[in-house]
Order: sequence, then structure tokens, then C-alpha cells
Amino acid sequence: MTVLQVENLGKQFQMHHLGQSLHAFDSINFTLAQGEFLLLRGPNGVGKSTLLRTLYRSYLPQEGHIWYHTTEGRIDLARAADVDIALLRRREIGFVTQFLIARPRVAAEDIVAEPLRLAGIPAAEATAQARLWLAEFGVKRDLWRAYPTTFSGGEQQKVNLARALILPQRLLLLDEPTASLDAGARAALVRRLADLKAQGVAMIGVFHHPGDVAHLIDRDIELTAKEVTEDVAV
Amino acid sequence: MNAMLPPQLMTTPPLLTMTGLCRRYGRVTALDDVSAMVYPGEVLGIVGESGSGKSTLLRMMNLEDTPDSGDYRLALPDLPGNLFDLDRFARRMLCATRIGIVYQNPHQGLLMKHTSSGNVAERLLIAGERSFAALRARGRVALEASEFPLDRMDARPIELSGGMQQRVQLAKAIALEPALLLLDEPTTGLDVSVQALVLDTLKRLQRDRAITMVIVSHDLGVLRTMADRVMVMRHGRVVEQGLADQVFQDPQHEYTQSLVHAKL
Repeated sequence: MTVLQVENLGKQFQMHHLGQSLHAFDSINFTLAQGEFLLLRGPNGVGKSTLLRTLYRSYLPQEGHIWYHTTEGRIDLARAADVDIALLRRREIGFVTQFLIARPRVAAEDIVAEPLRLAGIPAAEATAQARLWLAEFGVKRDLWRAYPTTFSGGEQQKVNLARALILPQRLLLLDEPTASLDAGARAALVRRLADLKAQGVAMIGVFHHPGDVAHLIDRDIELTAKEVTEDVAV
Repeated sequence: MNAMLPPQLMTTPPLLTMTGLCRRYGRVTALDDVSAMVYPGEVLGIVGESGSGKSTLLRMMNLEDTPDSGDYRLALPDLPGNLFDLDRFARRMLCATRIGIVYQNPHQGLLMKHTSSGNVAERLLIAGERSFAALRARGRVALEASEFPLDRMDARPIELSGGMQQRVQLAKAIALEPALLLLDEPTTGLDVSVQALVLDTLKRLQRDRAITMVIVSHDLGVLRTMADRVMVMRHGRVVEQGLADQVFQDPQHEYTQSLVHAKL
């Protein structure tokens, strides 16, 4: 089943203080099926992260469509109402960034448990599951009750991953999730992604070292400096 | 798991709908054709500089003022029609029972020389609670939910720190489990450490009780951590609205861009 169908997607940034617009990408076309893993390739600054953020609607696209398919019909994420996007993000579309956005004074295990709590799972069970995932990603037990704002970059990233991957979503957007991870955590991440893929989760990812996930990749897209795109079968 | 549920393509109806609000004070236009919607369980942030009309809009939501024109509806039982048509008594009942508000200045929301528990009890009295034991018990629940130290519940707000005063206001505001919680610069003027604690309390309340909130703030950081959606106001108009991360990462309007670029 098709999960995502991107048609002619284009994005520019209107910079009012410069009186000009910056071109990010245009004419992006691809489709993604359930359980498929799509790799975005290209040099720094070519718009890979921008494309991921546009798919998540952190950036507003100017042209094209992002059709998100469900059994009930399809919805254009490029134009859907904000509340619909918020609802989809809570239940179906996940985004893993390179950076942790932590609220101050919230313990690591509470940050990880939050998606479960929002899904209505009781506190004790949510915390127990959160601890399992923190352990899986190699966060030391004595940090579970601590505030991640003071953690090192690598430890923050582990908390971030545990939180982002604790609930299986239908579509997962991965923005360099392996950056700043040690080997153990990287292996745990790849195991989790393989597991999610087997459960039918569709994924689009940007990776510094795609070798880590080579066995998961079904297809890739090369983004190039000006105009884009072809959809290459691997 | 429930993550595999089909999405609701039909949006749930808004809890709050305001349409076409205009308000002039003499020659000053405070609100110029403002419309807003707030959906059940979400946090709407309203940002703008002083004089943008954001606090006026919040006061309209609390029925403290009537616009020159405009319509205000809450999707609650027994509340048909434009709420601005309600008389003073009906407004007072509605605000006491269904809407909670926390002001930037605790003097505005609290009786400073009554006890903290008495301030909370006042709300319960309006709703018809008469038993002293029940007033104490329900006041205690509300203060505890606001993370107010219960051994100070008989202290007067005037004896408390700013962060504690905000917690008393919050307890008063949520004592009757309102459908809508309004917050006007709730952390402005507090130390950053106290601000973090108050925001954490709000976030917990929102998660555990699914209270719908509207937060007015000029602090982009507060809204970035708290709000699902953001409305940007300037000169009494809404210049931009969207998902919080989109408004902050990809602001469309020139004014919003200048705000985001000015953030430390």
C-alpha cells in the first residue's frame, strides 16, 4: 500500500530582510510504500534536511503536493489544516532530528515516556517501557532521572531516539539519526529501524554514513544543486 | 498499537470560535477584524509586541470586555449563540465555572490578603459548594495539581514569592476543571528557574487533564516549548498563524521573520 506520494514538490524561502528568495529545491517526485526505506543522497546544503522538514510541514512548501494515503482516503500534507497535521504527528508521522528539543527540568525517562502517555498508556507502564528503551540505547541507569539539558551531545541524542522510536508510526522521517552516536547505540538504532520496517513502517532518511543502514535501503533519491530528481531503484 | 489507526481526515470541531472581532478604544484600534479558533486539548500561543492586541483578545475570551462587533462561541452544552450577548450575571457564572484565567500580575487575579486556600475556595463558592470540609478538600486537590506546597495553603499570597503566587492563581483557575484555561504572560517577570517549573506544571496539567489552553506571551521560547499552534499579532491584526515549529522555523510574514531573527 502506498503511504506517501510526492508530486512536483518545490520550496523557496522568502527572505524579507534580504528582499530575495532562496531556492531550496523543486520538482521532487517519488512514491513510498508501506515498509519501504528511501535514502536521500547529496552533498551538504543541497536540501535533504529541508525536504524532510517540508514533508513534516515544519516548512511550508510553495508548490506541489504531498499526498499521505490511508485506508480512508488521502490528504495533502502540503495544504492540510494545522490541526490535522498536529493529529497526524501525534499518531502516525514521526520525525527524528539531530538535536534534542528538551523542556528544562524534565527527567530523561519522562521525556521518553511522553509519547506513550499522550497515547493514553498509564504512567507506570509508560515509564517501564521508557527505561527499557533508554537501556537499549545505552543510556546509563543513573541518568534516567536526570535532566538531559546537561547531557553530552551523544547522550542527548540517545534520549531523543528513544523518544522518537518508542511508538511505531506509519511514516518515519530520519534526519541524520546516527550523527554523534557511539557504535553500541548505532547498532541499537539500526536494530530498531529494521524491526520497525518489518512492522511496515515507511521511512525516509538522511544519513552521514549510509553504510550503517545499507541493508535496509530499498531506493534512493539524489538531490543535486539546482534541479532535482530521479528516483533510482537500487 | 494504536499508532496504526487511520487518521481522522475530518477535523474535530473547534472548542472556541471567534469571528470578526473589532474593538476601538477612542482613536486606538485594539482589534481589527480578528478571528481565532481553538481546538479541544490543544495549546494555542498568541505572540506579539506590546500594543499588538494580544491581551485584549485574551480579555475578550474571558468576556471581560465586549467588542464593537464580532461573534464568540464555545462548543459547550447549554451555550448556544454569541457569548457577547450574555448579560453580566451569565458572563460571571460562565467565567467562574468554565473558563480559568491566570494573569501576569497576581494582584489582578488574587485577593492578596485572603489565604491562598481561601482564594481557591472563592471559586468553589461561586459554583455553589457550601460545605467547609468539601471546600478544603477540593481546594487542596487544585493546589496540589498546581504543585503548590500544601503546608503553605493558609499563607496569604502577599507573603509568597512570585512563582508561588502564580501557582495559587493556577489552582484557582483550574479548581472547577474549566474547559478553557487562559494565561496572560504567566511566566513574565519570574526567574528562569521558576519559569521552567511553572511551564512544567502547565505541561503536566495539559497532558493529564487535556485542558485546552490559550497562552499570550511575548517570549518566543515559552511558546516554542508550550504551544501546538501559534498566532502572531501586530497592530490589532493576525499577521500569521500556523503550527508552532513552522511559524518559528519557516516564518512567512515579514514581521514574524523579524521577531524570530531577533530571538537570542
